Amino acid sequence: MFEYNFHWRPVFKSLPDLLEAALTTLQVASLAMTAGILLGFILAVSRMRETGLIYWFATTWVELARNTPALFQLFFFGFGLGALGFHLSPYLIVLAGLTFNTAGYLAENFRGGFEAIPSTQLRAARSLGMNPWQAYTRILIPQVMRIVYYPMTNQFVWVVLMSSLGMLVGYRELTGETQFFASKTYRIFEYFAVTAVIYYVMVKVILVLSKFCASRFFRY
Amino acid sequence: MIKVDGLHKYFDDLHVLRGIDLEVQKGEVLSVIGASGSGKSTLLYCVNGIEQIQEGSVYVDDVDVHAKTTDLNKLRQRLGMVFQQWNSFPHLTAMENVALAPQIVRGLTKEEAKDVAIKQLEHVGLGDKFDVFPNALSGGQQQRLAIARALAMDPQYMLFDEATSALDPELVGEVLDTMRVLAEEGMTMICVTHEMGFARDVSDRVAYFHEGIVEEIGPPDQIFAEPESEHTKKFLAKVR
Repeated sequence: MFEYNFHWRPVFKSLPDLLEAALTTLQVASLAMTAGILLGFILAVSRMRETGLIYWFATTWVELARNTPALFQLFFFGFGLGALGFHLSPYLIVLAGLTFNTAGYLAENFRGGFEAIPSTQLRAARSLGMNPWQAYTRILIPQVMRIVYYPMTNQFVWVVLMSSLGMLVGYRELTGETQFFASKTYRIFEYFAVTAVIYYVMVKVILVLSKFCASRFFRY
Repeated sequence: MIKVDGLHKYFDDLHVLRGIDLEVQKGEVLSVIGASGSGKSTLLYCVNGIEQIQEGSVYVDDVDVHAKTTDLNKLRQRLGMVFQQWNSFPHLTAMENVALAPQIVRGLTKEEAKDVAIKQLEHVGLGDKFDVFPNALSGGQQQRLAIARALAMDPQYMLFDEATSALDPELVGEVLDTMRVLAEEGMTMICVTHEMGFARDVSDRVAYFHEGIVEEIGPPDQIFAEPESEHTKKFLAKVR
């Protein structure tokens, strides 16, 4: 009566669709990560001078992104903006939500990175006649990048996994696609088991690539 | 010539420099001694414009350092600065540490900057460390790297801010020797230092700072052998 018969055939039949959805996941996660790095960096810089409207805007962003569930942030871009009359496509909801969340977390990473570098490094650079732009781009930021690199890798892994929330706003990324087939065939366990493996492999590949890139980027 | 006139500097309520008058001639080596907190290092920061001043003036070769129109980045090329914390750039090799500023600030080509770097690294005795990263260098080597880096800008003046204070005792000598060589070559230097032997042997004049003023200034023989001020006597008695 409690026996469950595994049926893997439907899963394997739809494997090409799942892999395509995995690419969608990677694509939206990569885009959110890229935008998140840029925005996170801007947020971190905006918070350096601890006063003014920009500071408060950036701080509010970081606070909300870090201290509320990521799902709620996605819902804000979906149902929240929808209620106000701005209707985003599921793709844009996921992209905006993930970007918002990631930028908030990365802003704190960058802030920590800048704080980890002795202020005397800036002084030394300026004393050589470098202007602020040169001092930041040639001396400080390369050192910050080294410090935040692995936390950034972790964040990217997190974004890939977090994109599964897309299912809840109707986006057919890997989890959404899995859910679609699972409810069509009722082979729920089988589908999600296979999808879990796909996620696992994606993350492993990211980690290996990240390590490889680090060995190319950082010489010290 | 570096000319400091009636210089006052405050950190908020703290009156750090209380009217400094000082002249350093071309080719001269001035050592600045005095207790911690007497304003010695602050003076250096005011000379190269890292710190702003509240009163008085600082002129470097007739350039008013604290005038609004002064291009500080350009001025600083004339003023090499060496810090207590040697501040080597950890992400760059010794060669790149030295070659970067000549290339992006002085506008030399990559090859020219490299030649300058080779010359200056050999100058400070790091001729075998071109491709080494700072974390593989000792404190003394990193401080000599910092000196080479400053020299690569072809400065007219060198400012040393307690260049040996953060070093292990056995590494102090090699840095002082490098500074000695510079002095012999005729470099104009202001050395804030706690090394009394160096101040006595190498400087043309020694200034004793006490609570933000120049308490006494003169040739090392006079300052060390026949100090006039009670404060100077007390300080020298303590450091001996």
